[in-house]
Amino acid sequence: MAFLDIQHLEKAFGAMRVVKDFNLGVEKGEFVSFLGPSGCGKTTVLRMVAGFETPTSGAICIEGRNITGLPANRRNIGMVFQAYALFPNLTVEENIGFGLKVAGEGKAATRSRVGEMLELIGLPQLGGRYPFQLSGGQQQRVALARALAPRPQVLLLDEPLSALDAKIRISLREEIRRIQRDLGITTIFVTHDQEEALSMSDRVVVMHQGIADQVGTPFEIYNRPTTRFVAQFVGSLNLLDANVVDAAAGKVLLGDVPVSLNRPLLGRSGERISLAARPEIVTLGRSDGDHVVLAGRIADVHFLGSVIRIRVAVEGGLLSLDTFNQPDRPPPLLGTPVEVSVSHRDLLVLAA
Amino acid sequence: MTGKRFWSWLAVTFGGLYFLLPLVGMFDFSMRMQRGAYSFEAYRVVLADPRFQQTFGYSVVLALLTIVLGILIVVPTAYFVRLRFPGLRPIIEFITLLPLVIPPIVIVFGYIRIYNTSSILPLTGSWWGTNILLLFGYVVLSLPYMYRSVDTGLRTIDIASLTEAAQSLGAGWARILTVVILPNVFVSVLSGAFLTFAIVIGEYVFAALLNVNSFGPYMVWMGGNRAYEPSALAVIAFAITWACMGLIQLFTRFSIFSIVRR
Repeated sequence: MAFLDIQHLEKAFGAMRVVKDFNLGVEKGEFVSFLGPSGCGKTTVLRMVAGFETPTSGAICIEGRNITGLPANRRNIGMVFQAYALFPNLTVEENIGFGLKVAGEGKAATRSRVGEMLELIGLPQLGGRYPFQLSGGQQQRVALARALAPRPQVLLLDEPLSALDAKIRISLREEIRRIQRDLGITTIFVTHDQEEALSMSDRVVVMHQGIADQVGTPFEIYNRPTTRFVAQFVGSLNLLDANVVDAAAGKVLLGDVPVSLNRPLLGRSGERISLAARPEIVTLGRSDGDHVVLAGRIADVHFLGSVIRIRVAVEGGLLSLDTFNQPDRPPPLLGTPVEVSVSHRDLLVLAA
Repeated sequence: MTGKRFWSWLAVTFGGLYFLLPLVGMFDFSMRMQRGAYSFEAYRVVLADPRFQQTFGYSVVLALLTIVLGILIVVPTAYFVRLRFPGLRPIIEFITLLPLVIPPIVIVFGYIRIYNTSSILPLTGSWWGTNILLLFGYVVLSLPYMYRSVDTGLRTIDIASLTEAAQSLGAGWARILTVVILPNVFVSVLSGAFLTFAIVIGEYVFAALLNVNSFGPYMVWMGGNRAYEPSALAVIAFAITWACMGLIQLFTRFSIFSIVRR
């Protein structure tokens, strides 16, 4: 049994089922992200783990102990909110020490723990300030310290970076990950930002319409998506419509162009499927070896500095591809006939 | 000075005179107790009157008790209505406004009918019972002001997030209310409290009909039996009310929590 075990969790608000048969095991010290669009149920699952929502059915266990019926204040779970939720009437030190005071820690122990937490978040000089005297990033750091101070078993982060500007988001997400690693605390992080989820997590749970679509490492989620939703939601993706000609031999027809994938397909012959490829695995020009080569015309060129994003119109749709900028080679002109290549193995086959 | 300005000034001056002239007249009259000289003799007489000291002291204690009981009833109610039953808010608001619609005399007659000496709960039969009845009555009278100010205060903070944050840190309801919610709506509670104080200090109908010697009936008695002292008393009562209003302003403006909200 995993450290945090979520079994067959369901939540319905009236007739609407927002979480459907959600199962997840989180190991001790693991950092797991719930990734998905708004309304996919990720925050509801988090709130059920925190004890703010009661599941319609299912169980939540920590270290084998069922906590499903336990009130939020007896779960020993720390939480960081999107809106910081620092107590405006208390100083930074008092905020961080709040949980310790509730737990009945002595004054000296509280003071030393608060000092330790202030060091951890890199704000040792700001203990006497009130929340309104801090920037958004500092407030969220204090909120993190406050959640960690009482040594919770599990840390929950509910979109903690959403209210911050881009630069601070990146630095803070690195800091959160560092602190999480240092303390080895089991963490669930809710976000709709795929970059955050991929860069921070040990594992990502991609959620869609109340269901965990796929659970895996960021590498697996990105490179081997198992559903069309995951493939499209995580990263950008080229989708080309194709017809299966010979499923066993892996032969498909892209418009009028026959393409061999060199591997057996799950679909039946004559079935419509989608071929998917990430922009970075598509290369401009004919590549040698095990590649599918498609002919097309340049439809669009976006010069982004270090990267040039090119769109090529081919049979079956538009293919987006990324190349690195090279000072001696200007980007191709619109309408130029080109060939693009994709490795067989990297082409994903998705149900249409 | 343009024509427009002139008319604005005229309106303001007229309004100011309308409110100030009677007060100035009253103050002037209160100073004429000693023939041929301006003096604070009337004030001295009033302040030295043991009945003034007794009734005023009684009303102050009652006002403070009303405030404490009002806070104990209103803050948790307003908080849970906002947090758990937002649909009930219009109903609660309507109920708390009823004391403004139903005259105090109707309420107190209701009390006397229900709690008279031949009833199941004969509160009017004892000194303690009458005082408790008066206290409860004053809490009802102060509801519109107390509830509105506290509710407005609660609107300015994110009570749902603050509550959940406190819960996740292990706090129970009592601690959440006293350590997290109350201090953050303190300014609103104070303004409700000062209004309550001002109402209770001068209240007459409840006290007179329940036969309690509080400051309101004393002022009325004084008005019917003396010449200069009632004016002095009225000026004192005004000063107390204004001091309450001034304190509301002071606390709202210089409180650290009001800076938080800005």
